[in-house]
Amino acid sequence: MKICVLVKEVPDAAVEKKLNPSTGRMDRSGEKNLNPYDTHAIEAAMQIREGGVAPVEEIVAVTMGPESAVRALHKAVSLGADRSVHLCDDALAGSDVAATGYALAQTLTRESPDLVLLGQQSDDGECYTIGAVVAEHLGMPSLTQVIKMDVESGALRCERQAEYGYDTVQVSLPAVISVGDAINEPRYPSLKAIMGAKKKQLDTVAAADVEIDAAKVGGDHSAAQWVAAKAPPAKAAGEIIEDEDTGETVEKIISWLDERKLL
Amino acid sequence: MFSANGAVAPAAYPPPVDPQKEFIKRGLDPEEELIEVGVAIVGGGTAGLACANRLLQLLAEDPETMERLGEVPVAVIEKAKTCGGHNLSGAVMRPGPLLELFPELTREQWREEGFAFGEVTKEAVYLTPTSKLAVRIPTPPPFKNHGNEVVSVSALARYQQREVEEAGAYVLTETSATQLIVEDGRVVGVRSGDKGRGKDGEPLSNFEPGTDIKARATVLAEGCWGHLTGTAIREFDLAKDREPQVWELGVKEVWKVPKPLDRLIHTMGPWPLKVAPKYGQIGGTWLYPMTNAAGEHLVSIGFVVELEYADATTSAHDLLQTFKTHSFVRRILDGGERIAWGAKALPGGGYWSMPKLSMPGALLVGDSGGMVDTMALKGVHHCIKSGILAAETIHSALARGESSFEAYEQAIEESSVGRELWEVRNARQPLQKGLLLGGPLSGVQQISKGRLPGRANWHRNDEKPMFIGDTKDEYVKPDGKYTFDKLSSVFITGNATRDDAPNHIRVRKQVPREIAETWRWMCPAGVYEIPEDAPEDGPVDVIVNYTNCVQCGAITAKGGRLTAPEGGDGPLYQIT
Amino acid sequence: MANILIYALHYDGAINKNSLGAVSEGARLAAELGGEAHAILLGENVPHELAASLGNYGAKKVLVAEGPEGLAQPLVDAMAKAIGDGGYKYALFGGGLLGFEIGAGLAARLGAGVAMEVTAVRAEGGELIAERPILGDSAISEIKYRSEVGIIIGRLNAFETKETGGGDAQVEELSFELSAHSTQAKMLVRGEQRGADVDIEGANVLIAGGRGLGKAEGFKLCEELAAAFGGNAAVAATRAVVDAGWYPYAAQIGQTGKTVAPKLYLAAGISGAIQHKVGMQSSENIVAINKDSNAPIFEFSDLGVIGDLNKILPKLTEAVKAKKGS
Repeated sequence: MKICVLVKEVPDAAVEKKLNPSTGRMDRSGEKNLNPYDTHAIEAAMQIREGGVAPVEEIVAVTMGPESAVRALHKAVSLGADRSVHLCDDALAGSDVAATGYALAQTLTRESPDLVLLGQQSDDGECYTIGAVVAEHLGMPSLTQVIKMDVESGALRCERQAEYGYDTVQVSLPAVISVGDAINEPRYPSLKAIMGAKKKQLDTVAAADVEIDAAKVGGDHSAAQWVAAKAPPAKAAGEIIEDEDTGETVEKIISWLDERKLL
Repeated sequence: MFSANGAVAPAAYPPPVDPQKEFIKRGLDPEEELIEVGVAIVGGGTAGLACANRLLQLLAEDPETMERLGEVPVAVIEKAKTCGGHNLSGAVMRPGPLLELFPELTREQWREEGFAFGEVTKEAVYLTPTSKLAVRIPTPPPFKNHGNEVVSVSALARYQQREVEEAGAYVLTETSATQLIVEDGRVVGVRSGDKGRGKDGEPLSNFEPGTDIKARATVLAEGCWGHLTGTAIREFDLAKDREPQVWELGVKEVWKVPKPLDRLIHTMGPWPLKVAPKYGQIGGTWLYPMTNAAGEHLVSIGFVVELEYADATTSAHDLLQTFKTHSFVRRILDGGERIAWGAKALPGGGYWSMPKLSMPGALLVGDSGGMVDTMALKGVHHCIKSGILAAETIHSALARGESSFEAYEQAIEESSVGRELWEVRNARQPLQKGLLLGGPLSGVQQISKGRLPGRANWHRNDEKPMFIGDTKDEYVKPDGKYTFDKLSSVFITGNATRDDAPNHIRVRKQVPREIAETWRWMCPAGVYEIPEDAPEDGPVDVIVNYTNCVQCGAITAKGGRLTAPEGGDGPLYQIT
Repeated sequence: MANILIYALHYDGAINKNSLGAVSEGARLAAELGGEAHAILLGENVPHELAASLGNYGAKKVLVAEGPEGLAQPLVDAMAKAIGDGGYKYALFGGGLLGFEIGAGLAARLGAGVAMEVTAVRAEGGELIAERPILGDSAISEIKYRSEVGIIIGRLNAFETKETGGGDAQVEELSFELSAHSTQAKMLVRGEQRGADVDIEGANVLIAGGRGLGKAEGFKLCEELAAAFGGNAAVAATRAVVDAGWYPYAAQIGQTGKTVAPKLYLAAGISGAIQHKVGMQSSENIVAINKDSNAPIFEFSDLGVIGDLNKILPKLTEAVKAKKGS
């Protein structure tokens, strides 16, 4: 089985997120890290490999991002991926989720994976949906919010969190699975793995190398255009009640809740 | 044991720790399990990276030695998420050593790279007798800063890290060095910290043990009272015949301001410090103007207090918040926005407290070696210079196949580091008697530029008997907009320590109230809490919220011991 | 004339609450655009009465499609067919995990623009403009669509449910083909309840307890109040009390715990330090009970009660029960 893990470089959670005033886009300078949710995806791939039920020939980390994204790939490799692929091209800058999913799908086509894993969401962007876009382009079944995954005779038995509780779904391979952070506890890389990461094979590909149609990607071609950003409406000051007669206080609370249809 | 207010010294309640037993590993793991590097540098701050920068410059010209050092000629081990993440300083830096380290980099380029913020052209020193009065005094010699550069060591370290990685070093971030490896009386490397232990130290499902890093030369650049440095000093008796080290605690904020500050400012108190000698409070503040690469006006403001104080309610953080309410400071900060906060201890003992700087197999650089001039509040340039000298000593020895690095000591002595620290070697100690009594004596030492003979003594910070005083009555109540509480300050450092990480702070669990109060007020991050139902007199079971810890190091000076936390934990300073 | 196609999730004979909100919103927007709001339900033998009932929320027509329930990709096929047949300019999804998946897959299928986590939509010049919070809710971004079809995926609880009394909607069967990959996933068990796992992220009402409760037993007061609210009300906790062992980590809210945005967040004995605040500040209504009038939580609560929670909570629980008539 060949597993591709989609990873992303995101600003460190501690870095203050802000907009770049000149471009109106997310200011992505500052500390960057491998998206924490993706570490769960890599761990899931490693657990399939170590589980021994299905032989895994290769785990490949794939990312789309600027030059600095190689650090995310190094981290992914130190966590167990065998090699990595970096889709890097100026034409891709500013791509929205639909364009990014399309670009990644084109890159993955070259690899012909049996299983594509990714983290449920990224720390920036907050979209929760790249997996569905990628799966649509690849023509593969997809499932998100997966918190348990077992390989059973050429298919996956997945448990996922849904509106009404937990669903158990059987998915045939090849498939695209987005994993939630409850699925596992990612391992820490050993120092040896960290230091050896830079030596593992890293292929850099441009948009043309994977037949990406430039008209479908990049900030200028986004089908959904971010027009402006404004401050959220200021919250009105709250009411304060000092409890002297608890019976009265509770009455006031009840009517307050009632007014807002919270009962 | 739990006596009445006024006679309790933290030293009587030492933390449960045995550095030599716990933090020294006697012997290396088998070959196939360890990692071998040429030079291991513990600490990716200003000094450690300067050493790495210089080493790689020298090795670039000496391919033979470079090859002999193997696959990884230089490795920098840094416990923060990135170099600079745990670094904090004022800072006004004398430019010489940095220009020496990167001769092709101009000062203009320093600013473009984002770690420098302008040359000092105007400066002033003030006394603050009250919250409304600021009296300018003639600038004492150590405070003359014309021509120096305002920098951020946090940003500088990031720049140095990029340079060092490009030159071929391995920078292992999120990695702690928890043990010194000693074989036959020689330092042969360090051991990296375990990851994935739980609250009580038990291995969790994703436990990953540390690794032995074998090195031909080890440089301890851990900063103020580094974890392994303290251990090495004990093991190799490096403090013999020296004065004990003493510490100061600085709390700093960076503000974005509407109008630029036109001068570099230092104040020497007394307000809001108490002048009466029984409080033992010596400290001062700084306000440094900064202009960043985008042309925005910033101000770095900080409060430093010697940990020599006796009033348990002395709190550097609260003193800073209170100081901000001085009308003089309000005029500078009003209308602005706080964009950073942090805290760090620094070694204040000066020349006589510096340990022996070399031991078989290893060297001490920067604050680890106590190289801070606390009269002038300068240490950054000494960090860089000592890093350069360490690199040169090591390279020279390795190239000649020699194993001793002792020449480093003489090199430091004869350099600007040794000379400048020698001049002020007796200037600070008199202040232990208090500002009124000691001030003049200190002044005499400064004016004479160290030509008066003799050696002034220090006594240890933790031997000072603590009493619960009334300094706290002066503190302002934080309003969340101009003055801030400790928790929201810790929050903006980006501190995201794992919830179930093991406790890296060693303190006695049960201590007298005076000690508990000392810790509670001293800690800028609110780590130490006294339970609501603790007795007014008598033993207190201190609550240790170690996940708030920003690793400033102050606790080690006043009765505790900061050990290496799990790599990656702690703050993520960016512009401090 | 722009019609809006709204996805509706059904389960166990009832329409999902977020879907009702989406239908209501779709109806409102369609009216402003001079078009109609149509809903789509997919499942095995979807009852036509259930479909028709969406007329009550403003749907003019409801498409009913036959296919496996609880999976996203069959709906991409069905909606793509309906949209391909013509007449729809927008597809709208109420908050919900399936909604995200379907919307994104549909965007890929149609090459359409898509916005997620939308909190508000308005009509302007014959077009819809969506708003979504970004950067941890610190700013709101506006989105316009350049494609033929625009896809709007709302945030959980973003749209208000409104009964319009419009009578039954017209029900039409939609025939469509499942794409090959849509047949590759098979639902084995649907909607398994796991009692032990507290799903505080999905709760509409959260009763959160902090140090002010005094002791672990104090959480009983919170549990009783949550039970009085019923439905999917749950109990949450601050880091301090989880650290002290008073409540499990699964219920922790804050910087290092979970982030929630329920309709009602009632904080009992919580000071409101920023490490906790960031985990719940987007809650629609915040009520705080604390005996310390200086507690920071009073600065951002909608209703602050300064008093003893030991006296207030039990009385409040009784009153809530009475009001709900149980």
